[in-house]
Amino acid sequence: MSFAPADLMNYALMGAFAITALSQIMAVIRLWIGPSTADRILALDTMVINAIGLIVLLGIYQGTQIYFEATLIIAMLGFVSTIAYARFVLRGDIIE
Amino acid sequence: MSLFLIVALPFVGSLLPGLMNSAGRNACAGVTFMITLTALVGLLTNLPAVLAGEVVQTGVTWLPDLGLNVTLMLDGLGFFFACLILGIGLLIITYGRFYLSRKDNMGEFFTYLLLFQGAMVGIVLSDNILLLIVFWELTSLSSFLLIGYWKHLPEGRQGARMALTVTGMGGLALIGGALILGNIAGSYDLSVILQNREAIQASPMYLPALILILLGCFTKSAQFPFHFWLPHAMAAPTPVSAYLHSATMVKAGIFLMARLWPVLSGTPEWFVIVTTAGLITMVLGAVIALFKHDLKSLLAFSTVSHLGLITMLLGTGTAFGAMAAMFHILNHATFKAALFMSAGIIDHEAHTRDIRRLGGLRKLMPVTFVIATLAALSMAGIPFLNGFLSKEMMLEEAERTVLFSSPYLVPALATFGSLFSAAYCFRLIGHTFFGPVRDDYPATPHDPPVGMWGPPALLVVIVVAIGVAPFLAEPFIKTVTASVLGDAAEVPKNYFKIWHGFVPALFMSIIAVVGGLIVMAIYKPLQAAWDATPRPEAKTIFEAVIASAVALAKALTHPLHNGAFTRYAAIFAITVIAISYHAWTTGTVGAPTRAVQPAGVVEIAGWALLVTATLGMVVLHRHRLLSLILIGIVGLMVSVGFVVFSAPDLAMTQLTVEVVTIILLLLALNFLPNRTPVESPVLMRMRDAGIAIVGGLATFALAFHYMLRDTVAPSISEFHIANSYKGGGGTNMVNVILVDFRGFDTYGEIIVLGIAALLIFALTEALLNGPVRARLLNRLPDQPRAGDMHPMMMVVMTRVIMPLVMLVGFYIFLRGHNEPGGGFIAGLVVSIGFVMQYMASGFAWTSSRLRYPYHGVIGAGVLVAGLTGIGSWFFAKPFLTSDFTYVRIPPFNEFELATAALFDVGVFLAVVGAVMLSLESFSRLARRAHVEDPEHPMDINPSRDDAPKAEA
Repeated sequence: MSFAPADLMNYALMGAFAITALSQIMAVIRLWIGPSTADRILALDTMVINAIGLIVLLGIYQGTQIYFEATLIIAMLGFVSTIAYARFVLRGDIIE
Repeated sequence: MSLFLIVALPFVGSLLPGLMNSAGRNACAGVTFMITLTALVGLLTNLPAVLAGEVVQTGVTWLPDLGLNVTLMLDGLGFFFACLILGIGLLIITYGRFYLSRKDNMGEFFTYLLLFQGAMVGIVLSDNILLLIVFWELTSLSSFLLIGYWKHLPEGRQGARMALTVTGMGGLALIGGALILGNIAGSYDLSVILQNREAIQASPMYLPALILILLGCFTKSAQFPFHFWLPHAMAAPTPVSAYLHSATMVKAGIFLMARLWPVLSGTPEWFVIVTTAGLITMVLGAVIALFKHDLKSLLAFSTVSHLGLITMLLGTGTAFGAMAAMFHILNHATFKAALFMSAGIIDHEAHTRDIRRLGGLRKLMPVTFVIATLAALSMAGIPFLNGFLSKEMMLEEAERTVLFSSPYLVPALATFGSLFSAAYCFRLIGHTFFGPVRDDYPATPHDPPVGMWGPPALLVVIVVAIGVAPFLAEPFIKTVTASVLGDAAEVPKNYFKIWHGFVPALFMSIIAVVGGLIVMAIYKPLQAAWDATPRPEAKTIFEAVIASAVALAKALTHPLHNGAFTRYAAIFAITVIAISYHAWTTGTVGAPTRAVQPAGVVEIAGWALLVTATLGMVVLHRHRLLSLILIGIVGLMVSVGFVVFSAPDLAMTQLTVEVVTIILLLLALNFLPNRTPVESPVLMRMRDAGIAIVGGLATFALAFHYMLRDTVAPSISEFHIANSYKGGGGTNMVNVILVDFRGFDTYGEIIVLGIAALLIFALTEALLNGPVRARLLNRLPDQPRAGDMHPMMMVVMTRVIMPLVMLVGFYIFLRGHNEPGGGFIAGLVVSIGFVMQYMASGFAWTSSRLRYPYHGVIGAGVLVAGLTGIGSWFFAKPFLTSDFTYVRIPPFNEFELATAALFDVGVFLAVVGAVMLSLESFSRLARRAHVEDPEHPMDINPSRDDAPKAEA
């Protein structure tokens, strides 16, 4: 069996899409069942990471770099909301 | 001096007293005096032209499509009134300097006074009737400020409100009348309107126009039945009463009647309405004045009465009547302003204005006594004082006037009014100055400094001068009368003289004076009878009317607007659905022109996540933190959706806004319970759910139909696509729209953003300075606190990432014009970089390292954006016209420089300032008393204990 490189690329891409989407759905399930708030916050954080993956994959799929700034921003700043949630749960006050 | 300058001087000058406030009271009053004096001198330079009968005109177009142009004219009438306003203004400023106490804010007072003065001068010099109305409303507003100047007095506030309500409603009627008048004449320029007497009086719209205009005039000049506001406006400081309520503002209505006299007068309608209203006002005011104990109240009703007299004279529609009216305006302004100032002196020195507590002041305040007595005798109509001359002319005119086909009605009522007028003047003199000296004055009365008695004394000199030598005023009054009459009538030939022979007017005058003395003699029983008579109280009626109007408005709006958001949302949704349904059933829907696109697995997964999160929201929305997490999913999926549908700008904005929103909400949640309680009954929730489902389905149907069809008209985005690079110099259309095509909108938006942030700051600041402060400071956490306040890992990480965030922000800002990005996103990115420091190292540590206050950053942003816009004026282009060019600085490649980028800097700064100010304000609320500010950015000091100390 032999693949053309483009085919391989396509299969890999499709596989990556499916896996990321699946992990996204699983994160939602975790978020749904909890049970603790920390689980839910971590689930949301996972979803943010997965979103980076999805957008990057989409960029590769469409062959454009225009979405990369969006992923850059998520990667750079997405953790801030996770920290904010965590601080809220732990200390109530997020700016002390 | 140019007329523009005369009108503009008081307005521009009104900035100065406020600025000079700290330079002392003399400087403050002095600068106000100089401004008024300059305007007066400027006015006087036009005197030769006016005396020669010319009309000085000047103007520029303002809104020509609406017929509203800044055109000014100066004729005899305008000159006369402008002279009164500025001349008496000078005296009032001098008087006010000494009247106001040290506790009063003099800068504020003179600022209001100059604003009022400018508005008044604007009225009398306007050629355009719409411009006149603009100034008219400005006098209402500035007089509101002046009447309510003593904000701590409830009477002052109530009086100001009443005056504003009455004159404001009159102003509204006047606008209607002026529009009709301008419509008939085909122009809003008075000089054109005044030429169209026949056309206007023949028009079927003449009567409505007349009634509306007279409503405006009568409310402003306190004519029956709108006279009641004037006495209540007497709660103002006396300089205001003397200026506004005797000499200037209340004459604005009369001025307008005189101004429009050539076109409106002479018809039976005019005659009946104006003469009757004037006559009733004159008699009613005089009778009430007699029984008032408060000096200023007495003078207020006497002003009402004299305004009625002038109105009646204008109403007769004869040239002689108009001339008598003009003469009486001059005389009344002189003696009444002098009397008000005298009343103010008495109030100032004796600490009471109640006539019953006064008496015998003749010996204690001889100067005031002479001034007040001469002015009051003039008002009573005693020969050799100017009041006598115009009153004689009034009686002469009354004697010839036949109202309701009775030749006796007007003369009898005029004599009756004059009788009471004489009586209250005698009472004013007798009960205040004569009689025994008392020993129970609230303060020891004595004559005031010359600054206070000088201005009224000067006026009394004029009173006597005109009274003795009426020929001095005659040419001037005749010039004024000529401009009132226009082409409608000839100026009467009568000479102003003291002795006319034994004419009926003389006998009427004698009856009035003698009758007045008799009334004084039997004053006590009269007062007892008056007190025993039940009378309607104007203030009670007014308040009842206002209360019922408010109740009606509430009954109408409350069912729709009760403050509950669910109700607004329900009403809004139902209305929109109903209208859309109507459009759907009555309109036509074209066939679909586009095919439904296939959905891939990823899209469906994203959609499913969005739906799940939304449904989760519905179920879990009472758990606040959980619903916030679910909102996070929605935001994330929407951002990814923007990417999928090729809108990277929106995705970036959405992502950053999401972070900031969550931080803001978490800050707020800290003060709120964890759960939302159930408040509404089950049925109501079922109803709301029904509305929500129908609304959602309707939105879906609309979106689905819309997306399957092309737009009916070519959409605006085609213009943007075609012109974004050509006209705006950028390939990123979204950014070019924001900073260029729609730059003005963006400018408005950043201002709104800044205002919102400042408002948040103001509200939290008010909380922190109020009684809530102690509760906030001593608040204990509702759950045990875990972990470190400022974990080391987070501090180090945020420090390291900070330059990176700044760099990305800078990069996104710069590339914004051509690639996704721009000032707005960059502002959000940079703000998040700052917020990280707050979260990691704490509020105290971060704010102590803050060099510029966020208010200033907002202001700088708005300013930069505004100046960029103004910059285009220097190239004779409209506001915010953008330009761009390409430059090449070796060794770089060619790059673009656009003014839009400068504008974007403004957007950037405003966004950073607004986001940071609101977050900072919220987090300030959370500061607690028992938590010490840490010395170090981290809870553990990572520097080694044996490290060399700084001072070693």
